[in-house]
Amino acid sequence: MLKVSDINVYYGNIHAIKDISFEVAKGEIVSLIGANGAGKSTILKTVSGLLRTKTGSITFLDGDIRTAAPNHIVKLGLAHVPEGRRIFLQMTVQENLEMGAYTQKPTALSADLENVYERFPRLRERRRQVAGTLSGGEQQMLAMGRALMSHPTLLMLDEPSMGLAPILVEQIFDIIQELHRAGTTILLVEQNAQMALSIADRAYVLETGRIVMSGTAKEMREDERVQKAYLGM
Amino acid sequence: MSLFSTIVSQLVNGLQSGSIYALVALGYSMVYGIILLLNFAHGDIIMVGAYAAWMCMVNFHLHPVVSILIAILTSTLLGVVIEKVAYTPLRSAPRLSLLITAIGVSFLLENGFQLIFGAGAKDMSSAMTAVTGGPSISFGGTTLSFPAMLTIIVSILSMAVLTFLVQKTKLGKAMRAVSEDMGAAQLMGISVNATVSFTFAVGSALAGIGAILYLCAYPQANPTMGSMLGLKAFVAAVLGGIGSIPGAMIGGFVIGMAEALVSAVGLSVWKDGVVFAILIVVLLVKPTGILGRNITEKV
Repeated sequence: MLKVSDINVYYGNIHAIKDISFEVAKGEIVSLIGANGAGKSTILKTVSGLLRTKTGSITFLDGDIRTAAPNHIVKLGLAHVPEGRRIFLQMTVQENLEMGAYTQKPTALSADLENVYERFPRLRERRRQVAGTLSGGEQQMLAMGRALMSHPTLLMLDEPSMGLAPILVEQIFDIIQELHRAGTTILLVEQNAQMALSIADRAYVLETGRIVMSGTAKEMREDERVQKAYLGM
Repeated sequence: MSLFSTIVSQLVNGLQSGSIYALVALGYSMVYGIILLLNFAHGDIIMVGAYAAWMCMVNFHLHPVVSILIAILTSTLLGVVIEKVAYTPLRSAPRLSLLITAIGVSFLLENGFQLIFGAGAKDMSSAMTAVTGGPSISFGGTTLSFPAMLTIIVSILSMAVLTFLVQKTKLGKAMRAVSEDMGAAQLMGISVNATVSFTFAVGSALAGIGAILYLCAYPQANPTMGSMLGLKAFVAAVLGGIGSIPGAMIGGFVIGMAEALVSAVGLSVWKDGVVFAILIVVLLVKPTGILGRNITEKV
């Protein structure tokens, strides 16, 4: 579904992503794990078109998206829930969801809103509220609900557990699994390797801009180096 | 004239010039809100609109309504073209480069028009009577002139339309989204270029309307007419809280009222000074303005 080959991304003179290749097949949950600054978010931003790679290729559903504009990529069915949620704090909950549906036909809006409100009843209760007044967990739900409004076939989640209490992390990961069961393919970036490996099919480990390890989630959980460096065992 | 009628007529004067400042300040604020640029060429868009009106009315003898529409359209297109040609290539450049470019565009327009049309003012007083020659209303010894009423009503209507546009329409919501977080807006599928162009178009259309209303009060066009008007509207935008749409409206009316007040007590030579003194006080006491939001820098 998504195939990234040999991409290199720079911030000015800083070489942030070095020859990275990975794949996500339809129906999978794939996780990118690694420490802060390893380049995980940079990869997602490059896939969604916010940053550009100087080399290699990025294909999504067999189409080349390496030079496509971000708004075009969203239309193809690739949604990105960015790090730090990045909801529109000064807009209402419902307006945030409407922005998520920006590329969709206006006639589908009310049905799509209903879908999201059914999945996240808290958002329905707060739909007229300004998003800045939501709690961290609610903001994460809003960011995910907003992404779902574009009917993604591939959903990229950047650190959905960041800054959340353990019980909320569990809840968010339950929702990710529900979305997956409903047919959405998921690319999950996490520092919380424990949680990520518990739901992923496969994973890639990133260190300073390079993929240093890859395999099934089970292999990773049993790998001594992963246990030591990322699972705190 | 009784004290009461003096107060009322100064109040109306303040509202009249204040509503023009408000319309122009809106353009400053909207553009700042979306790309963090103080568009110092904004005042000159008014000047070009005024020249367009002069060309249509005096040179081509077009119907006043047609002339007004052409003038507003000219301002609108000019704003969009300036954005595309001068500012879009600098989208990722430092803010200072953008600011310097804006000042350059302003000089280019002022001096270009001086070169083409000469430095002298183009008189439109007889042509504008077709617009300003309506009935005035008298009550209690005070007269409300037709241009004053027209200006206040047109401004309030424009602001109502703008508020609806920004709050309720899809494009308006996209504008707010881009102004809050450009990256996140792109991830929603919003085209930033189209939204920024739209913002410039709306802001410049308001400047075009402002040009016509300005001509109702002072029926002549000259190459530097936009600079002082633009600067004062900029003060209004800062006073209201730059980036805030209701703030720009409030700021415009406050500046207009302050000027009228200064004139009313017989110090009209000081009125420009008072406006800039307000700017200094705002920057010292409350730099975010009346309705400005505290911007927390994202890391």
